[in-house]
Amino acid sequence: MSPNLPLAYLALSAILFAIGGVGLLVRRNPLVMIMCVELMLNAVNLTFVTFGKMLDDISGQVIVFFVMVVAAAEVVIGLALIVALARRRPDANADDLRLLRG
Amino acid sequence: METAVFIVCALIVLGGALGVVMSRNPVHAALSLVATLFGVAVLFLNLGAQLLAVVQVIVYTGAIVVLILFVLMLLGVDEDEDLDTEPIVGQRMIAVLVGLFFAGAVLAVIIVGKDAAVTGARSATEAISPSVSNIVQIGRQLFTTYVFPLELTAGLLTIAVVGAVVLSRRPKDLQPIPEPESMTELGDDPLTTTPGEAAH
Repeated sequence: MSPNLPLAYLALSAILFAIGGVGLLVRRNPLVMIMCVELMLNAVNLTFVTFGKMLDDISGQVIVFFVMVVAAAEVVIGLALIVALARRRPDANADDLRLLRG
Repeated sequence: METAVFIVCALIVLGGALGVVMSRNPVHAALSLVATLFGVAVLFLNLGAQLLAVVQVIVYTGAIVVLILFVLMLLGVDEDEDLDTEPIVGQRMIAVLVGLFFAGAVLAVIIVGKDAAVTGARSATEAISPSVSNIVQIGRQLFTTYVFPLELTAGLLTIAVVGAVVLSRRPKDLQPIPEPESMTELGDDPLTTTPGEAAH
């Protein structure tokens, strides 16, 4: 067993977070953007569990629960916004929503 | 063994993540997301977080992805997107550069700092004990050290449910959002160019 496996987990999380961030910046479909946010949240969860293992502390796993609750709430509100939007503009993407632009 | 599991799962996680970002069809993106979430669940098992692995499968793949797919089917937006044209010129290159910069910065910290990159007190709340089960330890911490945040999440979930009901209620006089005024008339250069305009 490699002694530096926790560091490999951290590296994987960093790459996963970056992929999610790039997707969020590039994609225009609001649903795919929500999926990219989920990717980033999962990268953070993996980091928390790895830190918990490295520092020998159960709190790393407890905090992941709170992140999951926030992720669930975020998805619920995000999907409600998308449904409300799709009723008015069925084929709108994220670029079309510029009514709030100053 | 642990290393082998890590390598296989890391490949699945990264492949799924790339699938989410690059697939044209949103349904394919959602299915790639399932692969990534399962890979992360197995990595949780590998790290000794059994309860989190189960919750990950039940909550994420069982609830969140199904909810996303449900909305996808409900709205009927599951046709392919055109990913070849780039509406904002240079957006993708800058986005990839930002992503590479972020990943490179974190990887540099990990490579240079090694184990010293992770600072903090060891076992500040409760050490992970091999004799007590994972669920018992997490439950004990949730209802002692983290009891106030736990109460707050109850409020958060209630607000989210009420908010979702309010947001998705069908209003009596449904007005389509009008097309915004032309930004060039307001003295503002347009952010996007349609392929037709770019031709001439």
